[in-house]
Amino acid sequence: MAQLKGWREIPIGGVIVEAGNAVEYKTGGWRAFRPVFGQAQCIHCFQCWLFCPDSSILVDAENEKMVGFDLDHCKGCGICASVCPVNAKVIRQAGEKVNRDDPRLCIRMVEEGKAE
Amino acid sequence: MSKYEALTGDQAVATAMRQINPDVVAAYPITPQTETVEFFAEYVANGEVTTDFICVESEHSAMSACVGASAAGARVMTATSSQGLALMWEVVYIAASYRCPIVMSLVNRALSGPINIHCDHSDVMGVRDSGWIILFSENNQEAYDNVIQAVRIAEHPDVLLPVMVCQDGFITSHAMERVEVYDDADVKAFVGTYRPKQSLLDVDNPMTYGALHFYDYYYESKRQQAEAMERARRVVLEVADEFNRKFQRNYGLFEAYRLDDAEVAVVVANSTAGTAKVVVDNLRAQGLKVGLLKPRVFRPFPAKELAGALSHLKALAVMDRSIAFGYLDNAGPLFVDLAAALALNGIHIPMADYIFGLGGRDIKPSEIESVYRDLLRVAETGKVERLVTYLSVRE
Repeated sequence: MAQLKGWREIPIGGVIVEAGNAVEYKTGGWRAFRPVFGQAQCIHCFQCWLFCPDSSILVDAENEKMVGFDLDHCKGCGICASVCPVNAKVIRQAGEKVNRDDPRLCIRMVEEGKAE
Repeated sequence: MSKYEALTGDQAVATAMRQINPDVVAAYPITPQTETVEFFAEYVANGEVTTDFICVESEHSAMSACVGASAAGARVMTATSSQGLALMWEVVYIAASYRCPIVMSLVNRALSGPINIHCDHSDVMGVRDSGWIILFSENNQEAYDNVIQAVRIAEHPDVLLPVMVCQDGFITSHAMERVEVYDDADVKAFVGTYRPKQSLLDVDNPMTYGALHFYDYYYESKRQQAEAMERARRVVLEVADEFNRKFQRNYGLFEAYRLDDAEVAVVVANSTAGTAKVVVDNLRAQGLKVGLLKPRVFRPFPAKELAGALSHLKALAVMDRSIAFGYLDNAGPLFVDLAAALALNGIHIPMADYIFGLGGRDIKPSEIESVYRDLLRVAETGKVERLVTYLSVRE
């Protein structure tokens, strides 16, 4: 943790003057559920990357592949799992209730602290 | 060359705004401030100002738009009254904490309920701890002069806090008075060009306004705000000195009227101070040593200076146009502040509070005279019979 500044040292008005410093703020600890990537199922459509509000979908841009999650910043909102078309297909074809941590899903949500 | 014009208080403020020509005005009309917004909208329509005038759907939006524009580096002004101020309340605090040098004309009107449109000071007293600098104006001239000075105070690099200029709803806002309007160029030169140190529109130096501050930085941000308010004490006087020299006025922290050799005095803000001066003159003609103190700068509260100016009195009354419910027999906020200021500066004078004029109830010279008569008795006996008196309320 960086040294906290005194009131005389901080910019006035609560302004943040360094651009793009949100990356320094690790929000991963907020998670109740952790996304887990089912690599085999993935069709690399990038829907999760498009919708993630925290830029926490890691991609291999050169090979156009989804590769995983930035768990330092992912808050576990589950939007990636909701918008995943592979998940939708699995749920549709199952004909039964599919739990969010079902191993058939492309992106499954596992309770923090529990094994994948 | 300055010229004399017959202006209402609202119009006097609008005139100052025209001369200041702010970058952005975001306002919503509310009685009795409406005229200011109407006149200013006319100046915009006529091309007499280059201001971006934002018609918003509420006062909450008005102050929000002001904060946004100010953060973008614009010189920003607005105006409101009563419920309008109440509705913008949360953003009023934000404006101060983001250190937005917004100037707002507040035409004092009683807060609901019961619903009312006339003058009292309950609206401004609701935001006295919001971090805004607050100036009172006795008449239309003072409202005009204070608005011009407010721009300089707010934008001073050592301050950067919003400023609220108060005047009494209807009593001055809608009464036509002779106002000395200075030359446009002189006002323009006095307020100068606003050069913000930081701006959201500065794409080369991108920054964030309104970021979350937890227990790690919120406190430091507030401590910094307190420091700015302390610095404002000096800046308010510096700006007043320059204004006085340029426009031949006599502004300070307060006005002491026949106070130096007075034995008893009344402290009262805004238009009622004008009525009280007539009473002082009448009683002086009868040989009675009475005086008046009219606060101008309410925040930052000039406690030490007030204590110094009042220390020689044998008895003192405060006239409050609002009630601090539940505090000291329901005394008014001005009384409470002043009592603390005197006590902390070691001044112990018998003092009493007089609530008056709530919801626009008329205050007559004879009633103000009754306050002075009470004080002269207290000066003799040294005893205050009633801490709080409700003037002209029906029993």
